[in-house]
Amino acid sequence: MNPAPATAPATVAEPAPASASGSPLREAGRYIAQSFRLMVGQPSYDTYVAHRQRTHPGEPLMSYEAFFRERQEARYGGGKGRMGRCC
Amino acid sequence: MEFLKRHLPWLAVALLGTWGLATLALSRGEAVSATWLVMAAICVYLIAYRYYSLFIANKVLGLDATRNTPAWRHNDGLDFVPTHKYVLFGHHFAAIAGAGPLVGPVLAAQMGYLPGLLWILAGVVLAGAVQDFIVLFISTRRDGRSLGEMVKQEMGNVPGVIALFGAFMIMIIILAVLALIVVKALAHSPWGTFTVMATVPVALFMGFYVRYLRPGHIGEVSVIGFVLLMAAIVGGQAVFESPVWGPYFDFSPEALTWILIGYGFVASVLPVWMLLAPRDYLSTFLKIGTILALAVGIVVVNPTLAMPSITQFAQGNGPVWAGDLFPFLFITIACGAVSGFHALISSGTTPKMLENETQARFIGYGGMLAESFVAVMALAAASVIDPGIYFAMNSPAALVGNTPEAVAQVISTWGFVITPDVLIQTAKDVGENTILARAGGAPTLAVGMAHILHQAVGGQAMMAFWYHFAILFEALFILTAVDAGTRAGRFMLQDLLGTFVPALKRTESLGANLLATGLTVAAWGYFVYQGVQDPLGGINTLWPLFGISNQMLAAVALMLGTVVLFNMKRERYAWVTALPAAWLLACTLSAGWLKIFSSDVKVGFLAHANRYADALAQGQVLAPAKSAAAMARVVFNDRLDAGLCVLFMAVVLSTLVYSVRACLRARGQAKDQTREVPYQPLPAEARA
Repeated sequence: MNPAPATAPATVAEPAPASASGSPLREAGRYIAQSFRLMVGQPSYDTYVAHRQRTHPGEPLMSYEAFFRERQEARYGGGKGRMGRCC
Repeated sequence: MEFLKRHLPWLAVALLGTWGLATLALSRGEAVSATWLVMAAICVYLIAYRYYSLFIANKVLGLDATRNTPAWRHNDGLDFVPTHKYVLFGHHFAAIAGAGPLVGPVLAAQMGYLPGLLWILAGVVLAGAVQDFIVLFISTRRDGRSLGEMVKQEMGNVPGVIALFGAFMIMIIILAVLALIVVKALAHSPWGTFTVMATVPVALFMGFYVRYLRPGHIGEVSVIGFVLLMAAIVGGQAVFESPVWGPYFDFSPEALTWILIGYGFVASVLPVWMLLAPRDYLSTFLKIGTILALAVGIVVVNPTLAMPSITQFAQGNGPVWAGDLFPFLFITIACGAVSGFHALISSGTTPKMLENETQARFIGYGGMLAESFVAVMALAAASVIDPGIYFAMNSPAALVGNTPEAVAQVISTWGFVITPDVLIQTAKDVGENTILARAGGAPTLAVGMAHILHQAVGGQAMMAFWYHFAILFEALFILTAVDAGTRAGRFMLQDLLGTFVPALKRTESLGANLLATGLTVAAWGYFVYQGVQDPLGGINTLWPLFGISNQMLAAVALMLGTVVLFNMKRERYAWVTALPAAWLLACTLSAGWLKIFSSDVKVGFLAHANRYADALAQGQVLAPAKSAAAMARVVFNDRLDAGLCVLFMAVVLSTLVYSVRACLRARGQAKDQTREVPYQPLPAEARA
């Protein structure tokens, strides 16, 4: 369910998140896992890495752990537009 | 021919839905299955989604599949991320669906299931889903701005500040009413109290696990947490049955209130990874799982609706909450029909992740339909239990007495025949000392869910387990909301106070943090404590305040939508938002007026205050107050609540004035006055 922690970001340099191959069932599973993680404020790390490598090649990347913590702080940190949930 | 082929299946859906609604509406005493309720609702949703939301998408808003979205424009892989629509739907649904749609319909069931059902369906199709959809659209076209910023932008600074202040007050009331629901559910319930308290060490363990032992492994730690929670439910039974341990977890409502206040303070000062985040994993996943289980349970078990379609309390003067069907039904069920709080979510994280603006229809309109379905299931769960039990659980002791004999006798005179034995046996079945006077929705829903789920899994022996599972599930996400809400309130307050004392704005300063957190906790804690001591049972007072404030925020959001349509020069379609806004104004303003000025002491705050003030002046003490000081408190609280109503009405009326002015201004202008980010085509990568 979890993406591989920061070991080899170079291997996940897909051009866009939605173009994964594999069986439809596996793809559905991937979306479900992604959806559950996003429900608790964790977007896809692979997508982040792919995006950074495409738009800011050569610049430092957050490790998976740092990314996880950054997103965790952001979800509950308050501030503008951060109303995370309803009643 | 093509036309026929396209619409014929939908005609079939419409007929099926009509059949379902007719079966429900025309039943006179014969047994009706809850499946009809679910089926009728689904048919209405399908038709509304297929036709009305498409009309809004194409004609009213003119969604443009080639237009760039904030997710692509500002893509940073963090906040702004183009996200697959099904993934985003899950995120959005989890953010909007909470305790609200589970509680309101349960309280509304006192009028029978039909009034509530009709309002949920009409409300969501014409108002609630429209609001969520349009706010999501407006925010997406404005780089994902928040509701407050958009009100400021479209109507001016003053209404912007008013809207933000309104949102803060609403949050305080929501936190108070949610906390009160937990207090009502756990009072003198050792099993429930133990189970809910056990979630704190479980969450702490999960927090350390996912930060240090296995960083980021959310799925794994959630499974471990879930197993521990189930163990806590089983352990709760042992505590309940133990003469030694039971009393340690048997708390009065007042004691529980203080515990919750203390918990709320500590929890929202601790680092988020320690308690809040792991709690959030558990509550979110449990919420989704339980909603699915309930849906499957209703279809598989196919329970019969025991509540009449309409009871005599549809005329007003019900025991659970006072007041006539209009306007009070429409503020009792807010979430599930139309919920203003969603405007904050739809202008929060979701617009920053839309891949394509045409998906706003599926996520905004469709997401709200899904929440509405949760409300329908809650209504079904409350309607499958014996009405006698329903009223015994939800009527205040002041009205029906506090022994099973007295309660059974009073409720039987209402036509819902019940014996004391049944009340005692039901309490025993669910592992509680008593089920009397447990207003607030959560325990009733828990009995309903236990009633349905034990028939699917486990049989009679599992009834108590399912009851406490349902209580745990509700308490868990309510406590998560209390924690997160206190934090959000603290930041809002620091921002607000910071305009006067700049030092208080620094969110990293411990002193400022403690002060703002303390003030926020004190604000909602005050209302919870007031609710616990309320002669009419608390929920009776706080739930209407919550409903009024929530619907008023919805009216503000829909008025914003109307202003935007005028600014877009699409005023010929402005009725799409203006009509539901007008309806909400009618409901909330008349409800607010009645809550303040009604001469019925069960409805009007001032009438109630005067009755206690008069008695106090004559030296009498009215139950349940036990002293002159308590009497004075009741009077003060009533006047405070009346003041809050005035405040909410002022917020919404001033927004009305500002939006009418903005609309008139827009009409006078020849050109499109919209403040959207100018058109840019979607990048090539997005069209792949």
